[in-house]
Amino acid sequence: MRRFVSVVALVALAACTKTEAPPAGTNTAGGTPGARIMVNGAGATFPNPIYSKWFSDYNKLRPDVRINYQSIGSGGGIKQLTSQTVFFGATDGPMTDEQLKSAPAPILHFPTVLGGVVPAYNLPNVSAELKFPGPLLAQMYLGNIKKWNDAAIAKANPGVALPNLDVTIIHRSDGSGTSYIWCDYLSKVSPEFKQRVGVATSVSWPTGVGAKGNEGVSGMVRQIPGSIGYVELIYALQNDITFGSVQNAAGEYVRASLDSVTSAAASAAANMPADFRVSITNAQGKGAYPISSFTWILLYQNPTDKVRGKIMADFMKWALSDGQKAAAPLGYAPLPKQVIDLELQALQKIQL
Amino acid sequence: MHRSADDRLFRMTTGIFAALVLLLVVGIGFELWRQSLLSIEKFGFKFWTGRVWDPVSGEFGALPFIWGTLYSSLLALLLSTPIALGIAIYISELSPRMLRQPLSYMTELLAAIPSIVYGLWGVFILTPIVRKLELLTPAALRKFPLFSGPPLGVGMGTAAIILSIMVVPFTSSVAREILKNVPIAQREAAYALGATRWEAIKVAMGYGKTGIIGAVMLGLGRALGETIAVTMVIGNNPQISLSLFAPQYTMAAVIANEFTEAADELYLHALIEIGLLLFIITIIVNALSRLFIWSTKRRLVNIISIPPVVEEEKAA
Repeated sequence: MRRFVSVVALVALAACTKTEAPPAGTNTAGGTPGARIMVNGAGATFPNPIYSKWFSDYNKLRPDVRINYQSIGSGGGIKQLTSQTVFFGATDGPMTDEQLKSAPAPILHFPTVLGGVVPAYNLPNVSAELKFPGPLLAQMYLGNIKKWNDAAIAKANPGVALPNLDVTIIHRSDGSGTSYIWCDYLSKVSPEFKQRVGVATSVSWPTGVGAKGNEGVSGMVRQIPGSIGYVELIYALQNDITFGSVQNAAGEYVRASLDSVTSAAASAAANMPADFRVSITNAQGKGAYPISSFTWILLYQNPTDKVRGKIMADFMKWALSDGQKAAAPLGYAPLPKQVIDLELQALQKIQL
Repeated sequence: MHRSADDRLFRMTTGIFAALVLLLVVGIGFELWRQSLLSIEKFGFKFWTGRVWDPVSGEFGALPFIWGTLYSSLLALLLSTPIALGIAIYISELSPRMLRQPLSYMTELLAAIPSIVYGLWGVFILTPIVRKLELLTPAALRKFPLFSGPPLGVGMGTAAIILSIMVVPFTSSVAREILKNVPIAQREAAYALGATRWEAIKVAMGYGKTGIIGAVMLGLGRALGETIAVTMVIGNNPQISLSLFAPQYTMAAVIANEFTEAADELYLHALIEIGLLLFIITIIVNALSRLFIWSTKRRLVNIISIPPVVEEEKAA
C-alpha cells in the first residue's frame, strides 16, 4: 500500500515537472541598495544578443546604471510598454497606428540595428547558388509552384539542372518578427500574397510545415530534400546554411550580407519618416538586399520618470555611436550614418 | 477534550487544503472565460466549428486544433496501451524477481525526461526514420486516406509515436501496481480450477479492470495536454486530415507558438479561448472515463460479487 501511494506520488510528481514554466513576469523594481538605478525593458528576441552585450558594456561605463532586458517577443514588449510595466520596449515590427493610439502616451521608435531574412533551401546535387525573384518566392509560399523544375524557377536560374522534386514550404510556427519581415516583403512584390496572406507576426499560411524558431526551420530544411524556408541572416551565416540571392527593386540579384543589408537602410534614409516607422523591404538602390529590416527600441516621449528617461536617452546616444561597433561581430548589420544622424536629432524630442 | 480540539484543528486545516483545489479549478475556469470574452462574444459557438485561423484578418476557428489534439491523443493511446499493459504484466507476473526493480525503475525514469528532450529526439532521430518509412510505403497503400500526402517525416504519425512513448510510463506504472494489488487468492483460485498461466493473468486483469482503464485514462490526460514535444514534430499546419503523413496542429501547440507575439486583443482572447476549450475537453474526457469506470465496476460487482477494490479508484 505504501509503495502504491509512493508510485502515485511519483507519477504525479513527474506530471508536475512536465508543465511548462510560465513566462517570466516582469517587475519594475526600483533602485537597489547602493544607489544603483535599474531600468527594465522587454520585447523582441531577435536583437537580444546585441542588447545583452550593450547593456552589460554600458554597465561597465556607468556602474550606477543597470538595464535589464527580457526577450519575451515583440508583441509582449509592446503590451508591457503600453501597460507601463516596463520602462522601454523593443520590437521587430513597428507599432501600428491602432497600437499607438491605445497607448496611454505618445511613444517614439528608435532603430538600433538591422537584420535580414534569407531563403534557405535543400536541393541535393545542386551546387549553384539559386536566384529568387520576389514574385517567385511569393508564388512558392502561396503553394502555386509545386516542383523545383518549374518553368518559373528555371527561367530565373538558367544553366542550373533543377531536379524534379516536390517543393516543401517551411515557415515559422511561432509568432515572430522574422515572419513579419518575410511577409512584408512578399506582400510588396505580390498583390496576390498581400490579399491572401497579408503581413503579421503570425499569418495563415496556405501551405507547408510550421517549425519553431530559426533552429526549427533550418533543421527542417536540412532534413527534407526539396524544402525551402526562411531564416534570419545572422542564423544562416553562423550555421553555414545554404541560401539563395534575391532580386531587389533595381533588378539585381543580391546575396544577403551585413553590407547589403546596411545599404538597404542607407537607400531608405532619404525618405525616412520622422517617426522611423518604416519598412525597408524591397528598398530602391543599388546593392540593397530587399528583405532587410530595422529593429526598434520604444520609448515614451514624455517619460514620467525623468531620471530613467535621461538614462535611456544617454544610453541611446552611446548605442548609436560606440555601440554600433559591437553589431558586426555579433552578426548584426550596423545602421548607416544617415540614419544615425536623424536619430540623434530625434532623441532631442524626449522631454527630460 | 484536548484530543478532540487537535482533531478538529487537523480536520479544518486539511479541509482548507482540499477546498483550495476546488477553488483553483473553478478559478482557472473563470479566469479563462473572463480573458476570452472578446472572442466568445464575437464568434460564439462558431469558434468550435470554424476551420479558419487567420490572425491577419482577425478570423478565428478552433476546429483543426481540436481535431489535431483528439486525433493525436487517440492514436497515441492505440499505440501505447498494448505496450504499457505488456510491460505491466511482464513486470508484475512474469519477470524474474531480480529484474523487477530495475525494470520498474527504468519505466518510471521515462516519465521524468523533460518533454523538450523528447522533442529534440523526435526532430533529430525519429523524424528521419519516419520519413524513410513513409518513403517505403507502397503506392497501393498511399491511396488510402490514412497514408496520403507527401512523405515529410513530420506530421501526425510522428507526433502520435512521440506521445505514445511519453504516455507509456504513466499507464504501465499504475497498471503494474494494480496487478500487484490483486489478491493472491484470485490467482490461486484460477490455478485451482486448472487455469494456465495466461488464463490466471486474464483473471487478474479482469479483477483490476477498472483500475487499468483508469491507468489508460491517466495516459490520455497526459497526451491531451502535451505541448512542446508535439509542437516540434507535428508540422503545425491547421488542417483536418486523417493522414498520418499530414502536418497538423494541436490546441496546446498553437497557444505555445503564438502567445508571445499576440499583441492584438481579439487574437489574444482567441488564444485564451483555445485554452478554455482544452480545459473543457479535458473535463469532459475525465468525466466520461469516470462514468465508464463506474459502470464497469458495478457490472463487475454484480457478476463476481467481490467487494470493489479501494486502491483502484485512487489510481483512476
